[in-house]
Amino acid sequence: MEKDSKIISIQNVSFSYESTDPDNQQLIPVLHGVSLDIHRGEFVAVLGHNGSGKSTLAKHLNCILLPTEGTVFVDGIDTKDGEFIYDIRQTVGMVFQNPDNQIVATIVEEDVAFAPENLGIEPAEIRQRVDDALNSVGMYKYRESAPHQLSGGQKQRVAIAGIIAMRPACIVLDEPTAMLDPKGRREVMSTIRRLNRENGITVVLITHYMDEAAQCDRVVVTDSGKIILDGTPKEVFSNVELLKDVGLDVPQVTELTYELKKAGIELPDGIISVEECADKLEELLRAALSEK
Amino acid sequence: MLSDITIGQYFPGRSIIHRLDPRMKIVLTLAFIVMLFLAKSLAALAVGVVFIVAAYVLSRVPLKMILKSLKPVIPIVIFTAILNMFFIEGDPFIIIWKLTISREGVYTAALMVVRIIFLIGGSSLLTYTTSPIMLTDGIERLMSPLKAIKLPVHELAMMMTIALRFIPTLIEETDKIMSAQKARGADMEHGNILQRAKALVPILIPLFVSAFRRADELALAMECRCYRGGSGRTRMKQLKLAPADFIAAAIVAVFIAGVVLVNIFVTPLVVL
Repeated sequence: MEKDSKIISIQNVSFSYESTDPDNQQLIPVLHGVSLDIHRGEFVAVLGHNGSGKSTLAKHLNCILLPTEGTVFVDGIDTKDGEFIYDIRQTVGMVFQNPDNQIVATIVEEDVAFAPENLGIEPAEIRQRVDDALNSVGMYKYRESAPHQLSGGQKQRVAIAGIIAMRPACIVLDEPTAMLDPKGRREVMSTIRRLNRENGITVVLITHYMDEAAQCDRVVVTDSGKIILDGTPKEVFSNVELLKDVGLDVPQVTELTYELKKAGIELPDGIISVEECADKLEELLRAALSEK
Repeated sequence: MLSDITIGQYFPGRSIIHRLDPRMKIVLTLAFIVMLFLAKSLAALAVGVVFIVAAYVLSRVPLKMILKSLKPVIPIVIFTAILNMFFIEGDPFIIIWKLTISREGVYTAALMVVRIIFLIGGSSLLTYTTSPIMLTDGIERLMSPLKAIKLPVHELAMMMTIALRFIPTLIEETDKIMSAQKARGADMEHGNILQRAKALVPILIPLFVSAFRRADELALAMECRCYRGGSGRTRMKQLKLAPADFIAAAIVAVFIAGVVLVNIFVTPLVVL
């Protein structure tokens, strides 16, 4: 198989599901002709409010859902080709919102071993993978703990280790921080970033937190089953009005610069970090002072 | 308050009994039960008793825990003792009004009481010294020949593991739901049994709904981790029989032989 730079290629995908209402059996469309390429090593955020189709899109990436129309290629394999379903799931790992509902075993290391055991890997190799995975999420010293003794952020890191143990090329995280406290969110975000930078794992992060999206290389915004924006965080967050129209917020600093610009103050577009904003404001204030 | 409940009755430790292979421990526990029923006299039973007392001493499980495990069986013990005393005919020993207690009755009752107490004591030693996960593992591997008759051994073990995993989670959830319902004015502490049972409905329904939702999500997460049943699965931790396991088996065999010998040579002398 030829290794091209695209790990995932979504081509003109539409998806509808059948209504569960027996009196009104119709297809409810969720995705409309979505096309998106994800390259190896990228750190992509998918933003959208509830019901925008972002989770449905994520479920297409590892064969949980198959497109009604269009095709999804994972590492060059069509997800509709049932023969390679486990190869695809091994290539694209998936982490969900609630860490409690992803952990199968009663001991951390046994849980991390679950996926490699399913793949029929040799015991010694499993041990190696489990230790590596636990180290890469910083949970090695908790390897013999019971999951219910851990905090939310720790449990989510164990869930991530459980996926990493399959040695996937890409991990898709569906709102992994939505149920966590701020400390847990920070832990999980820094773990994901490290996995992307140090282990070269492609990351697709589904989120509705703007500050998390701002930390990614690329932001994709979905609304009503379509992709409406796709670019670097700077590019995407310059579209303050469009984002507000679809019910999303922008990071606080972006909002501040936007309002200042509206009030007639000269500032560049797409400021997304606090430091950058502070620098620009300082420059402005110094300039104003020296004019006086 | 609910979180005080411990899973099973595992008493963590590193004693030689703890470190035995779970498969061997299960088999030896069964052998011990057979030993108890082979014994035909109190003298023969004493051999089994010596064995289990020695095993408990080696396991360093505190006496308090052993007594705790015996508490629930006290009514059964008393009931069996009374039945045996009154219904076994023989030499009248004590006569109370129209009821006769025979000599044989008292002896059989004593035999049964010792048997039941040590039966429970012996099987408790297994659960005290083996973590639930090891126990599940041991059962799965011991039963694996039954796959030939289409018994879903792996699936049963998986269900047990998941049940063990979710007990603390569901207990925590029950606590939360109870607090939520109390905050809405639910009264769970007053009234008769019927009223209290009714008060459980608003707790059980949300708990069930949530358990089903969890099951759904867990199934999805398991599929994402390439779970496809037991076939082609390997295990990280291999169970291996160590010399200690064979020594333990040999010791049990010696004790069984001891019981049989006592049965043959000593029992005829003591039986009334």
